[in-house]
Amino acid sequence: MTTGTTPFDITSLPDDRGRFGEFGGSYAPVTLIPAVEELRTAYNEIREDPEFHIEFESLLKNYVGRPTPLYFATGLTDAIGGPKIYLKREDLVHTGAHKINNAVGQGLLAKKMGKPRVIAETGAGQHGVATATVCAKMGLECVIYMGELDVERQALNVARMRLLGAEVRAVSSGSRTLKDAMNEAIRDWVTNVENSYYLIGSVAGMHPYPMMVRDFQSVIGREARDQIREAEGRLPDAIVACVGGGSNAMGIFHPFLEHAEVALHGAEAAGDGVGTERHAATLTAGHVGVLHGSRSYVLQDADGQIMEAHSISAGLDYPGVGPEHSYLKDSGRATYHPVTDAEALDGFKLLCRTEGIIPALEPAHAIHLAQRLSGDMSSDDIMIINLSGRGDKDMHTVTEALGVMS
Amino acid sequence: MTTATTPSRIAGHFAELASQNRKALVPYVTVGHPTKESTLEIVPALIEGGATMVELGVPFSDPLADGPTIQRSGFKALQNGVTLAFCLETARDLRAGGVEVPLIFMGYYNPILRYGLERFVADCAEAGVDGFIIPDLPPDESAELAAISRKHQRDLIFMVAPTSRDQHIESLNGQASGFVYCVSITGVTGARDDVSVDLPAFLARVRSKLELPLAVGFGISTPEHVREIGRDADGVIVGSALISRFDEADPADAPTVAREFMRYLSGQA
Ligand SMILES: Cc1ncc(COP(=O)(O)O)c(C=O)c1O
Repeated sequence: MTTGTTPFDITSLPDDRGRFGEFGGSYAPVTLIPAVEELRTAYNEIREDPEFHIEFESLLKNYVGRPTPLYFATGLTDAIGGPKIYLKREDLVHTGAHKINNAVGQGLLAKKMGKPRVIAETGAGQHGVATATVCAKMGLECVIYMGELDVERQALNVARMRLLGAEVRAVSSGSRTLKDAMNEAIRDWVTNVENSYYLIGSVAGMHPYPMMVRDFQSVIGREARDQIREAEGRLPDAIVACVGGGSNAMGIFHPFLEHAEVALHGAEAAGDGVGTERHAATLTAGHVGVLHGSRSYVLQDADGQIMEAHSISAGLDYPGVGPEHSYLKDSGRATYHPVTDAEALDGFKLLCRTEGIIPALEPAHAIHLAQRLSGDMSSDDIMIINLSGRGDKDMHTVTEALGVMS
Repeated sequence: MTTATTPSRIAGHFAELASQNRKALVPYVTVGHPTKESTLEIVPALIEGGATMVELGVPFSDPLADGPTIQRSGFKALQNGVTLAFCLETARDLRAGGVEVPLIFMGYYNPILRYGLERFVADCAEAGVDGFIIPDLPPDESAELAAISRKHQRDLIFMVAPTSRDQHIESLNGQASGFVYCVSITGVTGARDDVSVDLPAFLARVRSKLELPLAVGFGISTPEHVREIGRDADGVIVGSALISRFDEADPADAPTVAREFMRYLSGQA
């Protein structure tokens, strides 16, 4: 399949202030304002530069292992008994999750901008591993911020990052998860702005990050669009993806936005349930606010304090969400559904047993949501699930949880 | 509601100090730290010790422009049950207790947004809060709050940093009021041994582009800093160095600690 050298669709949102409707923008601390402007300028240049796209796509092909298959999951389809289900196999890329697509793109940009030092936040550790990988390959110094709780539950990924030469800094403030890692990464950036590039791992943060990360991830959706046309001769009826910060979902959604007949569904982590205090279902239960540089839905209390998110999956354990998802929700173009820890574990087991694929806990939420939505669909319908990553990193968490829950 | 013609209390304050050839000494304290009610005694003690204006920190769960000291004080305040409404109540009580120096809130945008911009500014006016500094609200995103602030004659105070471009600094003319908060270093809040060597040049650059008084903050911890910076600036802001002294002392002694530290900084002790 050709990926070609087509520049990204630059006619779409956001506007030049980084707004998706009322969402997005750039709420940067004063010290960072010039750095964010510099990044915006640099990204605008490469966005339309055919040479950059040739280099990016060559790395995606030869280093990352793209295109990834769009796999007709007959076992899962039979077990669920609804639409034909295809899996977009992001679990098969180098390092095991979609995060590498964005890390490669931003790594190239950091090089181009002449920044020798890269900082990143990570939750599940997949973005940290992807960033450490790219830095090793490109000869960049790498510092990864990770909440203490995540350092514990994603120990395998911590070991991988260290092997790859990255320094992993455990963050002990706040909820000791992704949000706090992001606070600490921003503080580092404020302090070392001259020589450091902040490589954000999701479609969050100040403009241009939500747009840029989406652009780099939209290779997922462009491939899937071509692949489903080839396999079925038409576009799917529904696409399902999990939403943490929202990058794998934005990546697969974006090329389908203009095709109104394709329903877009996001699975949010509902932890113990949205009726409890322990969940991460930002779009379902949040209020509009400002966190980490952009305006979007945020889990917060009545006093505007950010709440601690809870999910069995470290990658979804975040009280914010990318601004474009907030826009898609309010405009009705996409629908977001809560999926609990227990339901995600069911989805996890289901995929293991019907397909011989061990998913990461994040897309396990999407598997469950697909099953839930299938009840209203017929066997003529087509659904694509974005299988954003593989489950090796979660074996510890899952064996513990299933030991208790099964 | 008044019309926006008379100068704010903050502008008047700087003008008065300038006429006496004095500099503003501005401590930052987190409201409700070390104990929930302590701010009511700490602020008068700071003024007795030589503070000419006071910054009241509104605690936030995710203070991304702050170093460990102010972060910890904010978390403690949140544990103590401090809310934005409580901060307003504290300001009101301070005014009722006779505090007359300018009071400024420093806090992050989300709690203010959740409270409601119009309601926030109106309640600040009613409680006697003269202005606010919002580290995560850059000029490009602040048009709405700036308009509401003007209507209620409150000062929306902007920050500039050594990294700020000339263009950015110039764009504050007409938008900024009260004073301009000059961040002394490229970094987060926190006491440091040395203040930036480039500070005089940075202040001269800002001064050449803006008409407003300049106050310098971030990292200031000694009387030498205060004196040195006072040569080029109209005021100095001291946060972490004060808060870490509260951390080391018995909470009951906080007002004494506050008074003595202000005396020490202003060269009276
Ligand atoms: C496999 C996988 N899927 C999904 C996510 C969630 O991130 P996003 O919503 O940005 O895709 C993560 C984050 O770590 C992940 O590792």
